[in-house]
Amino acid sequence: MTESAVTLHDPTSETAPATRPRRKPPASLHGRTVALFDIGKSRADEFLDCLETRLHARGIATARFAKPTNAKPATNAILDDIAAGADVVVEALAD
Amino acid sequence: MSESATYVAVVKDECETCHLAVPVLAEIHQAGHPLTICWQDDGAFLGPGLAAATVDDRALERSFHLAVETVPTLIRLEGGAETGRTVGWSREDWRALTAIPTLGAGLPLHRPGCGSRSVEPGVGEALRVRFGETGIRARTVEVAPGADAIEACYDRGWSDGLPVVPPTPERILRMLGGTRRDPHEIIGRVPPELAPCTVEKVAINAVMAGCRPEYMPVVLTALEAALDPGFTLHGVTCSTCFSSPVIIVNGPIAKRIGMNSGLNALGQGNRANATIGRAVNLVVRNVGGGRPGEIDRATLGSPGKYTFCFAEDEGDDGWEPLAASRGIAAGRSAVTVFAGDGIQGVTDQKARAPGELTRSLAMGLQAVGHPKLCEWAAAVLVLSPEHYAIYREAGWDRARITSALHDELLLPGEKVAAGADGVAEGMPPSRAGQRIPKFHPGALLLVRAGGPAGLFSAVLSGWPGGRLFEESHPVTREITE
Repeated sequence: MTESAVTLHDPTSETAPATRPRRKPPASLHGRTVALFDIGKSRADEFLDCLETRLHARGIATARFAKPTNAKPATNAILDDIAAGADVVVEALAD
Repeated sequence: MSESATYVAVVKDECETCHLAVPVLAEIHQAGHPLTICWQDDGAFLGPGLAAATVDDRALERSFHLAVETVPTLIRLEGGAETGRTVGWSREDWRALTAIPTLGAGLPLHRPGCGSRSVEPGVGEALRVRFGETGIRARTVEVAPGADAIEACYDRGWSDGLPVVPPTPERILRMLGGTRRDPHEIIGRVPPELAPCTVEKVAINAVMAGCRPEYMPVVLTALEAALDPGFTLHGVTCSTCFSSPVIIVNGPIAKRIGMNSGLNALGQGNRANATIGRAVNLVVRNVGGGRPGEIDRATLGSPGKYTFCFAEDEGDDGWEPLAASRGIAAGRSAVTVFAGDGIQGVTDQKARAPGELTRSLAMGLQAVGHPKLCEWAAAVLVLSPEHYAIYREAGWDRARITSALHDELLLPGEKVAAGADGVAEGMPPSRAGQRIPKFHPGALLLVRAGGPAGLFSAVLSGWPGGRLFEESHPVTREITE
């Protein structure tokens, strides 16, 4: 019995994300600005407040960022602000 | 008729009218007109006198290129271009086309033809793939001879875990036949990757889900509803919670495509219910990139992530269907998408009056999310026929039942406060003294479904990502075909 090839069509978006190497973490946070990013989960502010206090006690600058709700993704504007205003980011992801 | 006219006839043995036309074809041939007779099944019935004029078209290539839908078809060509065509037998038309005034003198005036083999179910798409242009733009993947196409789909990560129907071009073309929309129309961007999704991509995933073409309008509308920013499909897909789009169908299309709103409506066994929901989830996976373990971060997930779709029982004239209660005109078909979890049954076999049944159902609804969390998640209450009968006999309609449930679910702040009754979870203690609504206004939907026996109803918990109800809520869209 002879079988022929079967043609299928791709159900995916046929896109592939651009990948780039992750930047190395800085050797030290001194002289850097740490972004504290609240994604809208409950009690994220408590966690970030605590972290901010401890970072300030060590003389490390912080900048606060937030998106209004955890239900939707961060806008490009917020991501651009973080990239422009900080060197590293701590993101409060969970409740 | 010009001197250069040639003729092509397409016939098949199993057509009585084609047999009737044999002597007429012989007359045309004997008159010296250049004639080619394409036979689709067996040319023996044409007889030896016409043998020189016949062409074997069992492959249906000529029938396809000539766009023949009925046999016999007689086509006149001049200078290579078609200048006339007649189908079936019509003495007047055949005489006009051939300019032979005595043609078919002994035959009846008219006989209808039969369907061409080239337009039999499933054949047209296969011929288009073999001999024509499919117009399908999605990348092709060749599965080697002997290899299992279903396994090839698994290997490429296209499956939700269950076998899929291999999306061959013939099946995709048939699926696209279920909608009048342009295959290349973009219906929206599917999260989480916000990839543009065409009608064609929906059709490919609908094939894999096992849909019939007539389900396409429901699948497309359900997706468009889920892509409404108010539904927040991104959050629903990527959340650690359980939810996925629960699809509720109203209106005449539900019966027309054979959806189940009765016995086992929320369960297995109905093709439309099962595959429409599955198609939507496959689009989220394959087009949107919402794959579990990657950006779908569900802690436990739920069976609804395979499929969760059913129709509402609209068999009671006194009941306002869900879509009508959400602004869709009577008699129109619609889809409501709800970000839901699984099913929590509420059994009450003793209530006989609407008040006591309401209190009972409210106890079940209080468990949504957590019994002590309020203004947290939405819910759908699926009322079974026997439970609904208690309300109907008391004259309670959708609005009154909904209102009574909200009233019962105004919970004492001190009882649901964090820490109350030895349970840390709960509402802020600062709200003690208030009566806190379990649900935001509009966040409790009622639907009727189910078999005739059973004093059970079902609660479908909603996604708590929309704690502020305006951020994520059910969306209803009319189905346009």
